[in-house]
Amino acid sequence: MGSRASTLLREEEIEEIKKETGFSHSQITRLYSRFTSLDKGENGTLSREDFQRIPELAINPLGDRIINAFFPEGEDQVNFRGFMRTLAHFRPIEDNEKSKNAAVSEPLNSRTNKLMFAFQLYDLDRDDKISRDELLQVLRMMVGVNISDEQLGSIADRTIQEADTNGDNSISFNEFIKVLEKVDVEQKMSIRFLH
Amino acid sequence: MEDFWVFALWALKTWLCLLIGLIMVPAMFGFSLGISEAYMNILVKTLEWATLNIQKVTDERTLKPSASNGLIQREDGSMEKELEELRSSRPKPLVGGDFALSDCFYFTRKGIESIVEDEVTQRFTSEELVSWNLLTRTNNDFQYISLKLTLVYGIGIFVRYCILAPLRITLAFIGLSWLVIGTSAVGLLPNWRMKFWLSEWVHVMCYRICARGLSATIRYHNRENKPQKGGICVANHTSPIDIVILCNDGCYAMVGQVHGGLIGVIQRAMVRSCPHVWFERAEMKDRHLVTKRLTDHVNDKEKLPILIFPEGTCVNNTSVMMFKKGSFEIGATIYPVAIKYDPNVGDAFWNSSKHSMLNYLLRMMTSWALVCNVWYLPVMHQQEGEDAVQFANRVKSAIARRGGLVDLQWDGGLKRSQPKVWFKEEQQKQYSSMVVGDDSSSHSD
Repeated sequence: MGSRASTLLREEEIEEIKKETGFSHSQITRLYSRFTSLDKGENGTLSREDFQRIPELAINPLGDRIINAFFPEGEDQVNFRGFMRTLAHFRPIEDNEKSKNAAVSEPLNSRTNKLMFAFQLYDLDRDDKISRDELLQVLRMMVGVNISDEQLGSIADRTIQEADTNGDNSISFNEFIKVLEKVDVEQKMSIRFLH
Repeated sequence: MEDFWVFALWALKTWLCLLIGLIMVPAMFGFSLGISEAYMNILVKTLEWATLNIQKVTDERTLKPSASNGLIQREDGSMEKELEELRSSRPKPLVGGDFALSDCFYFTRKGIESIVEDEVTQRFTSEELVSWNLLTRTNNDFQYISLKLTLVYGIGIFVRYCILAPLRITLAFIGLSWLVIGTSAVGLLPNWRMKFWLSEWVHVMCYRICARGLSATIRYHNRENKPQKGGICVANHTSPIDIVILCNDGCYAMVGQVHGGLIGVIQRAMVRSCPHVWFERAEMKDRHLVTKRLTDHVNDKEKLPILIFPEGTCVNNTSVMMFKKGSFEIGATIYPVAIKYDPNVGDAFWNSSKHSMLNYLLRMMTSWALVCNVWYLPVMHQQEGEDAVQFANRVKSAIARRGGLVDLQWDGGLKRSQPKVWFKEEQQKQYSSMVVGDDSSSHSD
């Protein structure tokens, strides 16, 4: 129910999360209450099953990949800190954040980090490259049974061809950035958080 | 020692006399002495005062006003529109399918949005309140705001737990035992007109006592549309208390499963005095049998209207979820009813996965009160060319509109089970048609 949410989260913790993610105090407490209501095991962490219990996410063609993005490699639990860190990628970029010196430390919601999130959806084996096979698998998740192997294969081939500049038949993160350079990533990979 | 027992006996006697004189008798004949109205007035004033005080203090501490509902604002564009925007920066290829690496942005954002806020799981947790109502079980836990408020909170605890709770428990106990005794007694009578009349009187009286046991203030609107015999009354479902609320204003035939334990005893007693439709667990699975018994009941114009909650599960009273089509297939007259509780004086939602029935009732009895509005909507009939599902949706929308609730398509069964794969396949199909064009080449597979 998340009723005791605000009391269990210590002020210092909120401050730290605020610094790391850029969320406001009230956003953090409200997301914490959301976190606890998803936490059916009531152990302070979320498992993959906790996420899958959200019906809208369960029917999302890329639902499994999105859930996966919350879990660091080899782990199957995520705590509130990690949960917030992943969500922070989707904060809109505010004007005062743009002008900040990026060299200090890049905010989680920067254009590059947003693109990294998308890149990792395709990069199934986390080797920093999208191979033809990986692209095919993700495409299959999105289209289901509606498109033939042959046709999907040619789509994958063409996509890789368009992006691949060094001829290794796969897409690196730099190539990924280049292909999407004209896309309004800042807006399309952002969620309008209120308050 | 002797004196003590004399005193205790005397106290008990006075207590019972007061109870009978001030509550039972009015409940029997359906009039009110104005005590609960006075209590409600004081309560409303107190809560208003508390809200004002809380706002004053929080305004000083933070610049923001109290949180409104909603954490994010969703992007409502259709898949087509969103994907077109995403692809606008690149030329459409002449041959082969149209796919861009950025297409995943659409699904990603949708997915993350649903993690932050979704339409289904939030309907199964208590509604978030805008301001603290001096109860510790809402989204706003006890908070120290000012000495005055803490004092009022303390007095509130005393009143709720030491005065109201024992009174309410006694009332509920009397109400329920009266229901069992009364209906069993009426059941012994021969089937004369008198029996129907008596049975109705006993039912309504018991429910009135129970309603007082919850300090329920119920406002009925549009009573000219009250359900009539030979029809089906459908309502949105928040908790088992819905039944008490509706039955305060007239009798209904219940439909449901035969339970064991205390509920079973009550069920068996009730069915003796007037016909309810109880099913054995195994029978519930037999759809034909269920439909047949319902049809038989409805066709008998002498029998009470059937009360059904077509959502099939308790929702937190902020929305109406999918109506199961069963009750709309019979072709009977439908009497829609919308029930809306006031969340500020007590949370009426029964979160059955978290609280047992008894636990829930105790929580209700230690809340401030129960305030609710009941709207009787005009009769609805299935229209020509309309199937049961469409009809069910139409009724649901009408109830949602009247009660000020959000009209949702989702199945309440999702509380306990996963959504059907079909929904995912629909999205994949839609996306595929955007990749290969509308002439869907699925045949080639």
